[in-house]
Amino acid sequence: MTGEPLLAVESLCAWYGGAQILFDVALSVGRGEVVALMGRNGAGKSTTMKTIMGLVGRRRGTVRFADRDISRLEPYRIARLGLGFTPEDRRIFADLTVLENLDIGRQPPRRFADGMPAPAWTPERLFALFPNLAERQHNLGGEMSGGEQQMLTVGRTLMGNPLAVLLDEPSEGVAPIIVEQMADTILKLKEQGLAILLSEQNIQFAELVCDRAYVLEKGHIRWQGAMAELLRNDDVQRTFLTM
Amino acid sequence: MTVQSLLFQAIDGLAAASGLFFVAAGLSLIFGVTRIVNIAHGSLYMLGTYVAATIALRFEGALGFWGGVILTAALIGLFGAVIEIVLLRRIYRAPELFQLLATFALVLIINDAALWIWGPEDLLGPRAPGLRGAIEVLGRRLPTYNVFLIVIGPLVLLILHLALAKTRFGRLVRAATQDREMVGALGVNQGLLFTSVFALGSLLAGLGGALQVAREPASLLTDLIVISDAFVVVVVGGMGSITGAYLAAVIIAEVKALCISIGTASIAGVAFNFSKLTLVAEFLVMAVVLIVRPHGLLGRRQTVMRSLAEPEEPLRPAPAALKAVGAGVVVALALTPLLARSQPYVLVLGIDVLLMVLFATSLHFIMGPGGMHSFGHAAYFGLGAYGAGLLVKWFAATMPFGLVAAPILALLGALLFGWFAVRLSGVYLAMLTLAFAQIVWSIATQWGELTGGSNGILGIWPSAPFDIRSAFFLLTAALTLLGVLLLRRLLFAPFGYAMRAGRDSQLRAEAIGIDVRRVHWIGFAIAGAVAGVAGGLFAFAKGSISPETIDVGRSIDALVMVLLGGIQTLTGPIVGASVFAVLQDTVMRQTEYWRALLGAIILALVLLFPAGIVGGLARLRLRLVRP
Repeated sequence: MTGEPLLAVESLCAWYGGAQILFDVALSVGRGEVVALMGRNGAGKSTTMKTIMGLVGRRRGTVRFADRDISRLEPYRIARLGLGFTPEDRRIFADLTVLENLDIGRQPPRRFADGMPAPAWTPERLFALFPNLAERQHNLGGEMSGGEQQMLTVGRTLMGNPLAVLLDEPSEGVAPIIVEQMADTILKLKEQGLAILLSEQNIQFAELVCDRAYVLEKGHIRWQGAMAELLRNDDVQRTFLTM
Repeated sequence: MTVQSLLFQAIDGLAAASGLFFVAAGLSLIFGVTRIVNIAHGSLYMLGTYVAATIALRFEGALGFWGGVILTAALIGLFGAVIEIVLLRRIYRAPELFQLLATFALVLIINDAALWIWGPEDLLGPRAPGLRGAIEVLGRRLPTYNVFLIVIGPLVLLILHLALAKTRFGRLVRAATQDREMVGALGVNQGLLFTSVFALGSLLAGLGGALQVAREPASLLTDLIVISDAFVVVVVGGMGSITGAYLAAVIIAEVKALCISIGTASIAGVAFNFSKLTLVAEFLVMAVVLIVRPHGLLGRRQTVMRSLAEPEEPLRPAPAALKAVGAGVVVALALTPLLARSQPYVLVLGIDVLLMVLFATSLHFIMGPGGMHSFGHAAYFGLGAYGAGLLVKWFAATMPFGLVAAPILALLGALLFGWFAVRLSGVYLAMLTLAFAQIVWSIATQWGELTGGSNGILGIWPSAPFDIRSAFFLLTAALTLLGVLLLRRLLFAPFGYAMRAGRDSQLRAEAIGIDVRRVHWIGFAIAGAVAGVAGGLFAFAKGSISPETIDVGRSIDALVMVLLGGIQTLTGPIVGASVFAVLQDTVMRQTEYWRALLGAIILALVLLFPAGIVGGLARLRLRLVRP
């Protein structure tokens, strides 16, 4: 990876009401890179992602994406620049069918800055990736199991043909077989050059897919480095990650 | 009455149902996506009637009428888009009730604008060219225009249904109805979506109004009548369900048609005039539906909405400064009669202000800390006023008895209505409370033998020593003070904690052993009883009461007062009520267009002080203390 990272965050602060949740968070993700954002419940992982997406009302700091300052843009403008977001609670449209859910995420194909086309998704290509969804394409989102909803939320984001994706805890609360499928999917996306920021509590899952990691605690980045290094560093794991 | 005439009325009822449906469908669409309960929707309908009548009168013939209908719908749609862009966009993140207040301000402004443009007289449009005849149905003559309306209602339903089910716009609308923030995060321009939905809803209201011109004259009274009808239809049908809205419109129109065609019937030897029921029929239908199916006929359980507003600040006990101000107010009140010797009007205004403070504080008690947004608080004010008035009228009772009867009757009413109301939440609760208030109002209007009908009860005067105005003022001040302090004390007692816990999270509160419904029910009853005291005092202060003093307007006044002051502060309703009462008194006497002025003031407040007056001051102080 040369040049400026695709997504770069600096001195990011965020508040809910009067309470500050993030304190000068800085991180970056390059093309074709999978980066883990690790930390316990309440460390600020989801808030970091929501703040990058412009979904937190009060925020400060800079967020650069694809050579643009996106820190003051509305969420839909950020999404239209090619930054996808899959929320932790999935937020499937329960009254819409699987196909309709996918359609809501649809955006025109786009290219990386160097002219290389980003992967262009269609429902058919997504069904090849997630065969379970194909079988249930006419079912309502609300009728799906947790694992299927997880696939659907990832699929819905991919329909926007993103250059980078913020994946909030894709392994949470789904069956081991689906976790494997998620890991495969993430690696495929990485091959295609997507930048992925993955929030995770489960270090075994992060180990499968991530190149680098940031460790959050109480809204501060406490550690950063290569994933392999984090695996060796019992000290950091004990202090910030294990229960 | 024959079966034939009954059937005929039923067919004719379908024509009325179509008109109701257009307005309700627009309201439902707008609510579904933007979560704004647009009280000004009836005003858009009213504008539609005036604009269409004006065009049809200016350009005669078929082109003037039918072209005018289409042009009117387009113009009202455009006007809706302008409202959305100029006003609503600024308040999507404001608390739900604040949005209500803003759209209510629009009602006031639009009504006065129509008064200014078209004058106070009703405007009669021409009859529809080409559809002036009638056809023979069941031996009676049914106007061709009604046949046209009967057909066009389901046609519009079909078009809307297909548009929502089959187009991308429809999918976006349905998705945004569930989770608009997520729709935005997926790259959909919500601003554009909201504007277009608002424009579409307004267009439907304008269409409904324009089509009505051939049946009824345009009138300044239609805005509030239509909005309350449309609310009922939307709530009965289920919020967000277009098909439900049509179904509900048909049911309500049919029940009304039935009441009219039965006329006076004798039940168990007592003659009963069913046609009098038309005023309450829709509210009775709504009450029954909400009790049996709390989310309307075709509505779904409301998903917990992701509120875009900031979380609410906790209540804090009064700091020393506030206590000092309070003590100052008490002293000032005690001294007012002395001051008023030279200006007796001060006492009249003072009593009005105090009564509104007591009334608003009682509403705030359930609205703020209880989270129950009652749209019908006038019911308990009214029960209090009539409780006192009836006792004086029928038993020649003196004031003390009247003032005891007032809260008792209000309490009983609040216990009865509250039992149903606390089973619902949000907009549904608001609408059910409105329905109950409407029922109380109708009884006061229609049960003439007991209540004096629309003339009300006269000659309710205070007995000695309170027949002197300054003494009555002091009594009012004392009772208001007592009521306000009692409600305040309750909020800092375990009961108040339980009520607030139930508001913040029903599940969590129940998990720690709080019977949320019961607590909210008791809270509702207490608020009702206190409102009853205000109502009773009101009756003696004015010397008379009539249904007019307890109508929807009074419920809305109370809401405005609470919101004006700020809902999450305990001094809010006091300040809000005082400002509102004084404004109403001073502004009303300045200009013929006092409604528009009041509306403009409300809008300015909503845009400048989104947390109410007291809330705004508190924020200002926070900003000064913590730069």
